[in-house]
Amino acid sequence: MAETVGSTTCSALVIGGSAGSLDVLLEIFPVLRNDIHFPIIIVVHRKASNESLLTDLLKSRTTLAVGEAEEKEFLMPGKVFIAPADYHTLIEEDRSISLDYSEKINYSRPSIDVTFQSAAEVFKEKLVCILLSGSNADGVEGLKSVNNYGGKVVIQNPNTAIMPYMPQQAVINVKPHVILDGHDMADYINNLND
Amino acid sequence: MISDVIDNEQVEILLNDVLESHGYDFLEYSHASIKRRIIRLYGLDNFVSFAEFRYTVRTDKQYFKRFLEEITVNVTEMFRDPSFYKSLRNDVLPVLGTYPFIRIWVAGCSTGEEAYSLAIVLKELNLLHKSLIYATDINPSVLEKAKKGMFPLTYLKQYSENYLQSGGLKDFSTYYTANYSLAKFDESLNRKMIFSTHNLASDHSFNEFQLILCRNVLIYFDKELQHKVFNLFDGSIEKLGYLALGSKESLEFWPKAKEYKRIKMEKIWRKL
Ligand SMILES: C[S@@+](CC[C@H](N)C(=O)[O-])C[C@H]1O[C@@H](n2cnc3c(N)ncnc32)[C@H](O)[C@@H]1O
Repeated sequence: MAETVGSTTCSALVIGGSAGSLDVLLEIFPVLRNDIHFPIIIVVHRKASNESLLTDLLKSRTTLAVGEAEEKEFLMPGKVFIAPADYHTLIEEDRSISLDYSEKINYSRPSIDVTFQSAAEVFKEKLVCILLSGSNADGVEGLKSVNNYGGKVVIQNPNTAIMPYMPQQAVINVKPHVILDGHDMADYINNLND
Repeated sequence: MISDVIDNEQVEILLNDVLESHGYDFLEYSHASIKRRIIRLYGLDNFVSFAEFRYTVRTDKQYFKRFLEEITVNVTEMFRDPSFYKSLRNDVLPVLGTYPFIRIWVAGCSTGEEAYSLAIVLKELNLLHKSLIYATDINPSVLEKAKKGMFPLTYLKQYSENYLQSGGLKDFSTYYTANYSLAKFDESLNRKMIFSTHNLASDHSFNEFQLILCRNVLIYFDKELQHKVFNLFDGSIEKLGYLALGSKESLEFWPKAKEYKRIKMEKIWRKL
């Protein structure tokens, strides 16, 4: 039987977003299937001070386990890992998480590029990366790596993004596997599970 | 940054060279972040081939100095994590204040912002006169900066906010004088500091302390090296002394963790 696109080939999903991405996430989370069999890593730009707000918001909207990514923690299927504020989140070859307090990239820490790139190397063609709304160009370099390693690049349709700049930059500079409206993200993710 | 110009095997080769030629052991560092540092440096310095990069790192002493400076992550702040400093001020230092003499080790002190923050708290608790802060790092260049106690003025607004949030009692600007683009911190603060290189991955214990701070250093080490360093600290902390880690670091999986008791919500443990 021929493999359907994305089926059983997704080993990890990374979602990156900045200004305006929370709305999309809040729409996605309540409808995520509860038997997702890959880890989901969320990298969202935010201030260091509202530390647990994002985690609490997402946790309240899904039955999946949601937690801040912890140093040296292993990525587990069906669990959502939130990149902590003020650290970069990297994925190791053994699928554990390393945090890194190095320079900001694109004025951002966590930087979406950093997580996309390191996940791309580890998961190669079994990685799916989604880039959402935002007003800087973080994520673009990362998506290029994802492409190079054969992973899937998904970009939010800039016309449906509250802040179109980030997805626009991605669409201009990277060849996406698919461009999706914010409303269609949840379905897409659920289908990665089939 | 192009992320695949150097592969995992080449990283291994380079780090083995560094150990052999220069005696610095980075082999037990978290792989993903050290690889990123290496690729970043390769790009910054416009190398055209891995062979050229490798040869330079191995044979050029001057370049190796730069390698060491750039491979380590030296980002730091004053009063980073204000609630941590609040807990030092309210829970830890008053206890140590009952001792005749306080010895503190700041391991991985980088350019010194943490040591100066600590000295300010000690001063406000009237304990600085009987304290000694040993501040160490693997990277000699950051120690040179730390000795000077001069930090970019542009960051001072943030530092002063952190300081106030941490329970600071004074006008922060009384601790420094502005000098062009730099803030020079009061000499009375660093008179109580001793700076020295120390490599946590290979050097031994050199004293006994009542408090060790090692924050945002262990995240760069793999689990085995983390445990080795915890053993090193264990052999360097007095009974009832304290160990403070960074906000994302933990003693949890270290076999001897049971012999330590965590203080409240902070990443501070007391040796029982
Ligand atoms: C991110 S900085 C942390 C500075 C400060 N402790 C803080 O939390 O803001 C990490 C420091 O650890 C130092 N370091 C890295 N490896 C080390 C080792 N093996 N021994 C001692 N210091 C090391 C680096 O040179 C760097 O200055």
